[in-house]
Amino acid sequence: MSSYGSSNSSNNTTITPQGAPNRRNTELFLLIFAVMVPVFAYANVGLAMDGSLPAGMLGYGCGMGGLALVAHLVMRRFAPYADPLMLPLATLLNGLGLVMIWRLDKAGPLIPKNYPAASNQLMWSGLGVALFLGVLVLLKDHRILQRYTYISMAVALVLLAAPAFFPSRPEDFGAKIWIHLGGFSIQPGEFAKIILTVFFSGYLMVKRDALALASRRFMGLYLPRGRDLGPIIVIWILSILILVFETDLGSSLLFFGLFVVMLYVATERTSWIIFGLLMSAVGAVVVASFEPHVKIRVNAWLDPMAAFGPHPPAGATEQIGQSLFAFGSGGVMGTGLGQGRSWLILFATKSDFILGSFGEELGLAGLMAIFLIYGLLVQRGLRTAVAARDPFGKLLAVGLSSAFAIQVFVVAGGVTGLIPLTGMTMPFMAQGGSSVVANWALVAVLLKISDTARRPAPEPAPSPDAEATQIVRA
Amino acid sequence: MNKPIRRVSIFCMLLVLALMVRANWLQGVKAHALATDTNNKRVLYDRYAHPRGNIFLANGKPMTKSEFVNGLRFKYKQSWTDGEMYAPVTGYSSQTVGNTQIESLEDDFLSGNDDRLFFRNTLDMLTGKPKQGGNVITTIDQKAQKAAYDALKGKKGAAVAIDPTTGAILAMVSTPSYDPSKFAGQDTSAYTKYLSDPNGPMINRALKETYPPGSTFKIVTAAAMFENGAPYNNPNDRTQTPQVYMLPNTHTPLTNESKYEPCANATVLVAMEYSCNTVFAKIGHEVGKDKLAAQAEKLGFNNAKVDTPVRAAESVFPRDSDIPGTALDAIGQHNTRVTPLQMAMVASAVANNGSLMQPYMVDKEQTPDLTTISQTKPKEMSRAFSPETAQKLQTLMQGVVESSHGTGYAARIPGVTVGGKTGTAQHGENNKELPYAWFISYAKTGDTPKVAVAVVVESNEGDDRAGIAGGKLAAPVAKAIMEAVTGK
Repeated sequence: MSSYGSSNSSNNTTITPQGAPNRRNTELFLLIFAVMVPVFAYANVGLAMDGSLPAGMLGYGCGMGGLALVAHLVMRRFAPYADPLMLPLATLLNGLGLVMIWRLDKAGPLIPKNYPAASNQLMWSGLGVALFLGVLVLLKDHRILQRYTYISMAVALVLLAAPAFFPSRPEDFGAKIWIHLGGFSIQPGEFAKIILTVFFSGYLMVKRDALALASRRFMGLYLPRGRDLGPIIVIWILSILILVFETDLGSSLLFFGLFVVMLYVATERTSWIIFGLLMSAVGAVVVASFEPHVKIRVNAWLDPMAAFGPHPPAGATEQIGQSLFAFGSGGVMGTGLGQGRSWLILFATKSDFILGSFGEELGLAGLMAIFLIYGLLVQRGLRTAVAARDPFGKLLAVGLSSAFAIQVFVVAGGVTGLIPLTGMTMPFMAQGGSSVVANWALVAVLLKISDTARRPAPEPAPSPDAEATQIVRA
Repeated sequence: MNKPIRRVSIFCMLLVLALMVRANWLQGVKAHALATDTNNKRVLYDRYAHPRGNIFLANGKPMTKSEFVNGLRFKYKQSWTDGEMYAPVTGYSSQTVGNTQIESLEDDFLSGNDDRLFFRNTLDMLTGKPKQGGNVITTIDQKAQKAAYDALKGKKGAAVAIDPTTGAILAMVSTPSYDPSKFAGQDTSAYTKYLSDPNGPMINRALKETYPPGSTFKIVTAAAMFENGAPYNNPNDRTQTPQVYMLPNTHTPLTNESKYEPCANATVLVAMEYSCNTVFAKIGHEVGKDKLAAQAEKLGFNNAKVDTPVRAAESVFPRDSDIPGTALDAIGQHNTRVTPLQMAMVASAVANNGSLMQPYMVDKEQTPDLTTISQTKPKEMSRAFSPETAQKLQTLMQGVVESSHGTGYAARIPGVTVGGKTGTAQHGENNKELPYAWFISYAKTGDTPKVAVAVVVESNEGDDRAGIAGGKLAAPVAKAIMEAVTGK
C-alpha cells in the first residue's frame, strides 16, 4: 500500500507510466482481510453470547467471501486499473454492519418490535453487489452519464418529492423520507444522492466558465450574475422544501452541502462557499425556529439528558442520551462484541444508531478505526477526482465522495451528539436496503471513474525503427 | 480543478477529524461520567451481570447468596438466608427498588467494579475466568444475632450489641423485619406491602430510628456529674432530694414510679437501683445543660455522622432547652432522642473504662479467592470519661442488676458480671402513648468487657401499662444476647 501511495504522490500527472501494475492483486490480498475480519467478528459474537461458534458461520463466511470474490473477478475483467482500496473498504464496512445487525437481532425482545434483520440485510447486500457489478459491466465509460444530465434532474426531483406524498408510519418519528410499498420501504433519498450528483456534474461542467468568469466584484467577493444564480436558488429552495415537507434535516443538509462543494470545485471561487454557507445558515435558522420537529431535535441536541428529567420537554426522547451512554459505557476498549447493552437505545438501534453499538462494544479503539475506514474511502474517492482526466469525471467523483463524507459526518455527528440528530443511515453499516444498494452503486461509479483515470495511455503505434532497435538490443 | 479538490479533501478530513475528537471526548474524557450516570441503566444491569459478592457473618457464614436466574436483562439475583434476621445489617439489593446499607455502600466492591479489584478482574479476564464480585465480612456474631432476633420476635423493637473493646457490632436486630429476598427481583409487590404495613418493617429501628431514652439516660447524667465532681462524687454519697421534686422555675411536680420507693435523700447508688426520677432530674439541673451536653457529645450525641459504615440517625441532647426542660432531658424525657446504637455506645464506654470505640460492622473486604483487600482497625472514637468515672458508673449499673431491689434483676447471668440500666420512656402528647421499654447493659467475664447491649421494645396495645418496664420487656432480650456472646 505504501509503495502504491508513494508511486502516485510523486507523480500527479494523469497519465500513469506504462506498464504500471494494475493493483488487482493488492485488492485481492486486502479483500481477504476485509472478509476475515467480519467473519471473526461474527464468531466473536457467537462465542460471547452463546458460548459457541454461530451455526451460520460457514454460510456467512462463504456468502461474504463469495460476493467479494465475484466482485473482485469482475473488477479484474471490467475495471482492471481501478483503485484497489475501495472494494475491500466497502466490503469490510458492509461485513461489520451485518455482524452488528445479527448481534442486535440476538438481543431479541430487549428491543421492542425486534425482528431478525440480518438475513434480509445480507440479501440487500447481495443486491447491492449485483448492482455494483451491473454498473461495472454495463457502464462502459462514466462519461455516458453526461448524456442524461437533465433526465437525472427530473428523476432526482421525483425521487426527492415522492416521500412527501406517501403517508408516513408512526415509527418514522415524523421524518418523511420513506416510501412504504407493501411489505418493504424505500428511502429514495439514498438514490437521489447519486442521481443528483450526476445532474450537478453535467450541469456545472457546462456552466462552470459562465459561473466562474461572468461575475461582479462586490466588497472583495465575486458575486455571480442573477441568471447564473438561478439554479442555486432552486436547489436552496428545494432543500428548504425537503426540510419543511419531509422534516428531513439530514437530506437537506446533504444536498445543499453537496451542491456548494461541487459549485466550488467547478468554479474555483471561494465566494461560492461563503455564499452557500450563508444561505444554508439562514435556511436552517429560519426553519428550526418555526418547524416543531426540527426544533425538538435541536433542543434534544442542546440538552440530551433533559428527557430523563422529572419534567421532560414535549416530544423529547431518550435516544440521544441513551446513545451517549452507549459510547461512554464502551470507554476506550469497549465491552467486546455481544457484551454491550446498546439495545438500551431501543429505537433505530440497527439503523441510525448502529454506530452507538459499535462505540459500546468496540470502544474508542474500534470507533476510531471505523472513522478511519470511512475517511480512507472518501479520500480514495477524492484521489480519483484528482486523477480523473475529464471535468465531468472530476466533478462526479468529488460529488459522490463528498456526499458520502457529509452523510457519514451528519449521521455520526448526530448519534455522538456533535450536531443535531437527523434521520440518515450510516453508509454500508446500518440496516436498510436502499442505503446499502445505493452506496454499492456509488462505489461502483467511483471505481469506474478510477479505472478510466488510471488506465495507461494507449501505447504509441510501434514504428519499425523502434522494433529494429529492440532487435539490435536483444 | 485539482486545487479546490484538494481543499475539499482537507475539508472532508476535517469532518472525520471532528468525529474523532468527539469520540475521544465521549469515550475518553466523559466515559466514566456517562458510564456511571444515574440514568444509565447499565449500572443497574451490571450489578447483576456477574455473581455478586456476598456479605458474611464474622464466623464466615454468608448472609446473602447470588442466585443465577438468567433473566433477559438480569443474570443474577441477590437472595438472603434468614432475610428478616439479617436485613437490618445488610440492607437490600433489589433490581427494581435499588440498594441500601452495606449492599449500597459496598456496591462497587460487591459487584466487582471497585478499582481495587481491577488487577484481579484483568487477570480473570485473561485467564478466561468469569468476573465475580468481592465479599464483605461483617463483625456480626451469628449466635448473638440469632439470640436477639429470637428474643425480639413478635415484638416491635430493636437491639444492638457491641464489643466494647473494639467497637465491633456483634448484633443488630430490628423487628418486625422484612425479607429482602422477596423483592430482590422484578416483583415489587412485597416491597409495596412492606411499605404500607403500619408496623413499619422496613424501618431499621436499631440505626435509623430515634426514641426518648427514658431512664437509661441517667447513666449519661451520672457520668457528667462524676466528671464534674459535683454535686456528688461517689455512688454512696447521699443526695439531697425531696420526695416530690418541683421542676425548677415551675410549679410542676415530678414524682417517681411509686411513692414507696426510697428516693428521698437516697444515695446515688440506691437512686440508680430504683431509677429515681427526682434524684437525677435534680442532679441534671445542678450539673447544668452545657456540661450534660458536653458529656453526651463525647458519647456520640449531636453527631450526624456516626457511620458504621451505615450512617446512624443523629441522637440528640438538646442544647436549647429551658431550665425545667433540661431537668427532664437529664432523665431521658422531653427532647432527648437516641438510637439504640447510641445507647449501646454509652454502655460500651462504661464497660471499656471510659474509652468509646468507633462502632463498625464491616470487618474485611475480600476478593472471591479470600485475599483480604482491606481490614477495619478498631479505633477510639473518644475518651468519653475517666476510668475512675467509669468504675463508679459500673458500680451503679452492676447495682441495678445485682442488688436485691434493682430494676434490672432480670438480666442477671450466673458467672458473669452484668451491669445494666432499665428505662421506661414516656412519649406522645401528655405521655398518653404506651411507653417504650429500654434496657442497656454490658457483660464482663473477669475484668474483660465482652459485650455492651441496648434493647428497646415498643410496647403493644395488649401490654398492660404497668407491666411495660424496661426490666420486664427489654432486659430478657439483653440477657439472651449477653448469654450468647459470653457463652454462659
